[in-house]
Formats: sequence, C-alpha cells, structure tokens
Amino acid sequence: MSEASELYQQVILDHNKNPRNYGDLPSHTHSSEGYNPLCGDHYHVYLIMDGDTIKDIHFAGTGCAISKASASVMTTLLKGKTRAQAEDLFKQFHDLVTSPVEQTPDEDALGKLAVFAGVREYPSRVKCASLAWHTMKAAVDKNGQAVSTE
Amino acid sequence: MKTAADTFDVMKIREDFPILHREVHRKPLVYLDNAATTQKPRQVIDAVSAYYSEINSNIHRGVHYLSEKATHAYEEARKTVQHFINAPSPEEIIFVRGTTEGINLVASSYGRQNIGEGDEIIVSAMEHHSNIVPWQMLCEEKKAKLCVIPINDEGEIIFEEFEKMLGKRTKLIAVTHVSNAIGTVNEIKKITAMAQQAGVPVLVDGAQAVPHLKTDVQNLGCDFYVFSGHKIYGPTGIGVLYGRRKLLERMPPWQGGGDMILSVTFDKTVFNALPYKFEAGTPHIAGATGLAAALDYVSRTGLEKISGHEQQLLSYATEKLLLLKGLRIIGTAKHKAAVVSFVIEGIHPHDIGTLADREGVAIRTGHHCAQPVMERFHVPATSRASFAFYNTTGEIDVLVSALEKIIHLFS
Repeated sequence: MSEASELYQQVILDHNKNPRNYGDLPSHTHSSEGYNPLCGDHYHVYLIMDGDTIKDIHFAGTGCAISKASASVMTTLLKGKTRAQAEDLFKQFHDLVTSPVEQTPDEDALGKLAVFAGVREYPSRVKCASLAWHTMKAAVDKNGQAVSTE
Repeated sequence: MKTAADTFDVMKIREDFPILHREVHRKPLVYLDNAATTQKPRQVIDAVSAYYSEINSNIHRGVHYLSEKATHAYEEARKTVQHFINAPSPEEIIFVRGTTEGINLVASSYGRQNIGEGDEIIVSAMEHHSNIVPWQMLCEEKKAKLCVIPINDEGEIIFEEFEKMLGKRTKLIAVTHVSNAIGTVNEIKKITAMAQQAGVPVLVDGAQAVPHLKTDVQNLGCDFYVFSGHKIYGPTGIGVLYGRRKLLERMPPWQGGGDMILSVTFDKTVFNALPYKFEAGTPHIAGATGLAAALDYVSRTGLEKISGHEQQLLSYATEKLLLLKGLRIIGTAKHKAAVVSFVIEGIHPHDIGTLADREGVAIRTGHHCAQPVMERFHVPATSRASFAFYNTTGEIDVLVSALEKIIHLFS
C-alpha cells in the first residue's frame, strides 16, 4: 500500500491511536462543537484563553483517523500561541490541503503540518482534516457556537 | 444435481460491462458498491445511444416519423416494465426520475388527499431517508403522526410491534422491500396481508429489491411499488412508480404542465388519463428505453440464476469477512440480499473506504442515507460491500486482502 501510506503517514496513525490533549478541559473559557454530517465526524474543542493567548487547548470526540490526527496535531501546535498566530497556522494548513497536488509543500515552513499534504489527493477527505481547525476558530471567534462543514 | 448457479457464467456476463475492465489507481476495478448504483451493460449503453442517434424526438404530440418511433419506444418501455413486475396494466406504470421522486409523488398526491390531522403513517426503522423524509414533511403539514416499526438486533421487523401500531388511525404503510444499509429482505406479503385486514394501503420501496429478487406486485399485494432504473443496470434519472389503478385514478396530479392535460383554457384544464396524468413535461425518453434494455437483459439472464449467484457471493463474503480480526457484521437477518455492512474495531469506515479504494476496491462507507439504522446499531457509520451478478468470489478475495492490509496498517 505504497500510495495510501502517503496519506496515512506514521505520524497520522500515531496521533489517531494516541491522541494528544484529548478530553474535556473543565476550566475552559472558550469552546465549540464541530460536526461533519457527511461522515459523522464530531468533535468539541476546548480552550483556556489568557487574554489573546491560548494557555491550553484540548479536543474530544469521534471521527476518522484523518480528522482525529489533525485535531491532535493542531492542539500540540496551538498551545501557547496567540490568536493571530493560531489564525496564521490555520491559514497555512488550509492553503496546504487545498493547494494543487503538483505543488511541492514547503516542509520546513509547515513543520508538523506537512504530514497532511497527502489529503490534497482525496478531495472528499479535506473536510475531515479541516474540521478541528474550523471548530477551533469558531471557539475563539464565536465562543459556544457550533460549526458544520456543510 | 445441477443448481441454477452452476450454469451461470459470470465471466461471460462481465464481458457485457465495459467499465468492469478498467483500472483504478493502476489496479483492476473491484466494484462492490452496487447498492448505490449498478454498472451498465453494453446493451443499455447501446440502447440509449441508438435512441439519440436514430429516433430522438418528442413524444405524444408529433405526427412525424421520428415522433411516432420515439413514442412507440417509450410506450414499449412501459410495457416492458409492466411485465417485469407483473403489473395488471401499462397504465399503472408511471415513469418518474427514481425511487425518491416516486415516493414524493405518492406523498404529495395520495398523501395530501387522504391524510389529515391525527392520522398515522407507519414506516420501519430500516428505511432509507427517501422513505422517511417525504412522510415527515407530509405529517408536519397535516399534523399527522409518523410511527416507526422497530427492528430486532438481526435487523428484522418486529411484527408484534407492527401489529400493535396498526390501528384505526393508520392511513398508509411505507416500507422497504430490501434494506439498502443492512440487506434485510422484508416479508412484504405478511405486511400487506395485515394491512389489507386493516384496510390500509401499502407503499413498497423496491429500489434494492428489483435487481435481486423476482418482483410480482400482484403477488406481493402492495398498492404502490417504487424503484430506480440505475440500481438495476439502467440509466440514472429514470424510475418507476407502480400504483393500483383504483388508487391512481382517484389521486390528483402532482405536477402540472404539458402531456398531463387533455385541454387547457384559462377557465379550466382537463387532466389527461393514466398514466399521463402523472407525467408532466417531456419525460426521460432515452432513460425509459435504456431501462427497458436493462430489464430485458436481466430477464434474459434470469432472476433465479442471478439470485442464486448473488446468494453464493453473500455466503462467501460473510464467511471470509468474519475471519478478520475485530470485524463485526451489522445486519444478520435470516433472509438477506447480497449486502454486507460491517465495522472493524478501532478503524473508522472512512479510512477503510479511502484505503480500499487505493487497492481498486469501491465500497461505500458512511451512514448509507439511513441514519436511523446506524443509530439502532449504535454505530456512526459502516463500510458496506454490496454485490451484483457480475461480481466474483475472486473480487471478494481482493476486498478481504485489502482489509487485511488496512487492519495491519492500523495495528
């Protein structure tokens, strides 16, 4: 399964199996719920904001390996970042998964996010990969409001 | 003794289906998503192509040669459908876009006319969304109640519950012949017998049944029977509603326009007779001729042989899949069509679908437009392999080996 392993890289499989920052964050200040009706991916994202800084971030829920790994990697990247930095990372991520397949991603700039480059080849899975990011943004911008990928 | 399946030459059948010879991701296509849509034999593709290249014209109104040819082809297609499901007359065959439109037609026309406040419509817990939502919309509009017959852990209708539900307020029963999500074949005759005693008409969603079982609407005793062309090797966009003449005649039209009228003035419009009363606008003539070609193909092959072969595939797949670690089959009814819905512990169906695709295997993953079924079995989604008469045990082996690789990748 050589081609498939481009999408299901070890990092993704690992984060799927052992998701980081998983579970409720009882003292959260911001939260949102994200749902992908097409495939049933369903997550909550919880944040503790200290002014403009993300002091802590967790997620919980169920979904496919791509959506779960993406949520998990996102939490590891956003802890300690400012709102503006978070939005910038979201933009980088979004640009990556929607960029043309022929375009070689800048792995150095993208860091950990680069493992999601394989998603570009599977248009139906881009929503899976983006769900947690949209949910995070909704939590920060419109605390408490749910988002849907539809 | 030779069984029907012994004389079934699957390789010869496959030669008729051009798409089965293509590759996907540089692997031979293994198409196991037949409950979603079926592939088309050359005979169907040729019929549609011949219609457009030789007799394309509008029907029922032209006096010229092509119009007469096209009208004849369209009406012959209606008769082919009539004979295929053993309907008493061709006027009881209404061409629609598909099962969904057929159900919506009955809900809009029969439903609006006959269902009122406090009345009840019964559906089963294994319906496709298309046999839930039109009734929900009608119930909302009329302040009627939608009642749901529960299913057991095997995925079979619980008849005791159905019996309790069936009462004076029941005005219609809408039930699927075969479940698209879990494959259960329902005992329609038992349902129609009970309904008849209560004086309630029954609509049967036959989308998943007609390609696999010999369908005889008179023998089934149903009042409406609906199916889609594309699920029985025909084109998309064409489907059939069969209705008992007595009911259809009393029903008002549901769409107005050309072809469904006898005369129009600004004071009064006189509606056309059956079946045209329900066929407003230029229909899918090419689709109807393609559907007739598909039904002819199935008839020539023989539904008994088709069913025999598919049942062999079902037992083979069930046996092989159950050997896989952590795999559980959802839907284990005694009487099933060739559909295997399954979950694998710790692996989401969408990951299974994407990875199987890379091996050339097309299966469906998700809720199969039957979210209540998923809820009943406490799973968010399943993977589903659904077989047609052109599938082989060799293809099931490819599926099983793809699943083995996936399980290994996730372990």
